[in-house]
Amino acid sequence: MGIAVRNLSKRFGSFQAVDNVSFEVPEGQLVALLGPSGSGKSTILRIIAGLEPADSGEVELTGEDATNLPVQRRGVGFVFQHYALFRHMTVRQNVAFGLEVKKVPKPEIQRRVDELLDLIQLAGYAGRYPSQLSGGQRQRVALARALAPRPKVLLLDEPFGALDSRVRDELRTWLRKLHDEVHVTSLFVTHDQQEAFEVSDQIVVLNKGKIEQMGPPQWLYEHPASPFVTEFLGAVNVLPLDSVLSMDEVREEAPLPLDLPSQDGPVMIYVRPHDLDVLRESDGRPGWFANLRRLTPLGGLVRLELRLHGGTDILVQLTRERSQELGLVESEDVFVVPRNWKVFHDPGESLVPDYVI
Amino acid sequence: MSSVGGKRLRSSIFRPQSLLIGVVVLWFAALILVPTLALANKALEGGFRPFWNAILSSDARRAFALTIGITALATVVNTLFGLAFAMVLVRQRFWGRALADGIVDLPFAVSPIIAGLMLVIVYGPNGWLGSSLASLGWRVVYSWPGMVLATLFVTLPFVVREVVPVLREFGIDQEEVARTLGAGRWRTFWQVTLPSIRWGLAYGVTLTVARSLGEFGALLVVSGNILGRTQTATLYIHDTIEGFEPEGAYAASVVLAGISFVLLIGMEQLRKYVEVRESGQSE
Repeated sequence: MGIAVRNLSKRFGSFQAVDNVSFEVPEGQLVALLGPSGSGKSTILRIIAGLEPADSGEVELTGEDATNLPVQRRGVGFVFQHYALFRHMTVRQNVAFGLEVKKVPKPEIQRRVDELLDLIQLAGYAGRYPSQLSGGQRQRVALARALAPRPKVLLLDEPFGALDSRVRDELRTWLRKLHDEVHVTSLFVTHDQQEAFEVSDQIVVLNKGKIEQMGPPQWLYEHPASPFVTEFLGAVNVLPLDSVLSMDEVREEAPLPLDLPSQDGPVMIYVRPHDLDVLRESDGRPGWFANLRRLTPLGGLVRLELRLHGGTDILVQLTRERSQELGLVESEDVFVVPRNWKVFHDPGESLVPDYVI
Repeated sequence: MSSVGGKRLRSSIFRPQSLLIGVVVLWFAALILVPTLALANKALEGGFRPFWNAILSSDARRAFALTIGITALATVVNTLFGLAFAMVLVRQRFWGRALADGIVDLPFAVSPIIAGLMLVIVYGPNGWLGSSLASLGWRVVYSWPGMVLATLFVTLPFVVREVVPVLREFGIDQEEVARTLGAGRWRTFWQVTLPSIRWGLAYGVTLTVARSLGEFGALLVVSGNILGRTQTATLYIHDTIEGFEPEGAYAASVVLAGISFVLLIGMEQLRKYVEVRESGQSE
């Protein structure tokens, strides 16, 4: 295992930042720690790096117990959100730092730094100072610096958080390509669901210091294990059971595809906006009559805000083609058909502020 | 053409900004420039020879040697202590930190004469610590150790005060990265932290040196002003001013003022030079 974490817990005063967390990152994979702020993800990363001691639990790096090792001896590469480059040193000196600590001979250092500068596509910049670089360039140098001493494990703390969105997109793609070339076991922290999807092999979803679920991105999206994961990984409509039971057009021949949980208690139905189809008239499938309140074109997609006749508001996402095909107009009455949904016990409150893809 | 230029010049003299600049320059001149020039003039009144003799008199030379020695020692100690204290103040959390922060400024609030008096009470021959030290054969007050102590007291805040904000602004990210790259405490401090705070540190050191050179009040009380033994340059000036050879006072004053002036100017130049070289590293 590249990284293994067992029963990690950490408390700051009365605040339980990390609550008995265990997970593994397979060797050579790029895994994301995804969660809202305060979920403990940065704390976990820092504990793995050795920058923060855990209250209890173990950390294993490439099969060896690292729990009691000081930072210096763990062999981790760390990249901060705000680059943390050594401002008074040139790019070359920054990248060479880890190698000089290890007393690598000078010609070897020179070679390795050149190699890395090529890798990050900043070959001519060796003599520049960080203040002379753009944000994206600085982050690439920070990455090269972390990779120079060939760490066992690469840890990134919201590496693109300080960059503007265009640079962020470029660097995400670039990081993924880099990882495909270099294959270091990597763990990165983000609060951006889209980033986690684009870059990682697997995602660990965290909430309030606990792991909610772990798995490959698309699989998580399609098989969320809890309301939190469902809501966090993309926009979703949350409907009370009554809306579903009182759907129009429910008939014996076309029963509801509803697997109610065995326990008692209030139950909510989670439907993704793109799992709803819109028709001008009922076609016999279970569905709802609804009124189109608002239609917002979003480039290749169209967002529809609909109010069901029962009073609930829902969001539907259609492709541009489908929307044009229908030729809908605001305040029209339509029929909405769900293709897929998930059933969970009512969590009581909305777990997550409105995150929309 | 020239009449147009003249008109422009005339109207500009009466604009508010020029008036303000004129007032400021006049004020600066009256307060600092003129007295300085007057001093230099007085010192060189009798010609260069008497000035040179006054400076090279054995009393003057001993006084300057003592001043420089005390300044050097006090600066080194306060730099080391100030750095350590700044690191603790900024990086560690401990009970009483706010109090410690306030205490650092105490020497600013206390008149140097009072500081001298406090030291005599504690370290004097009948003082709390002084009596025990005396039994060990160590004389603190009325001897150079006491004077170093007095200088340490009055210059305590400078290095700390200049380093703390720079250290705080610098943050710990770079230090943490250095540690992940395998650097131990010492290497991290030497190669990462220190270079980042060097300007704050250098400025604090300069202020310490300038202040030490000019210390008078506390030394007056603590030294006993024994001619040739515990007489610094400032005390020498004080003595000779009232005596029969005021040339000594003027000459020493000019030299002392000159040293401080050169120090401060050199410091500013250095700072500018480095800033240019590293093309605005502050960010």
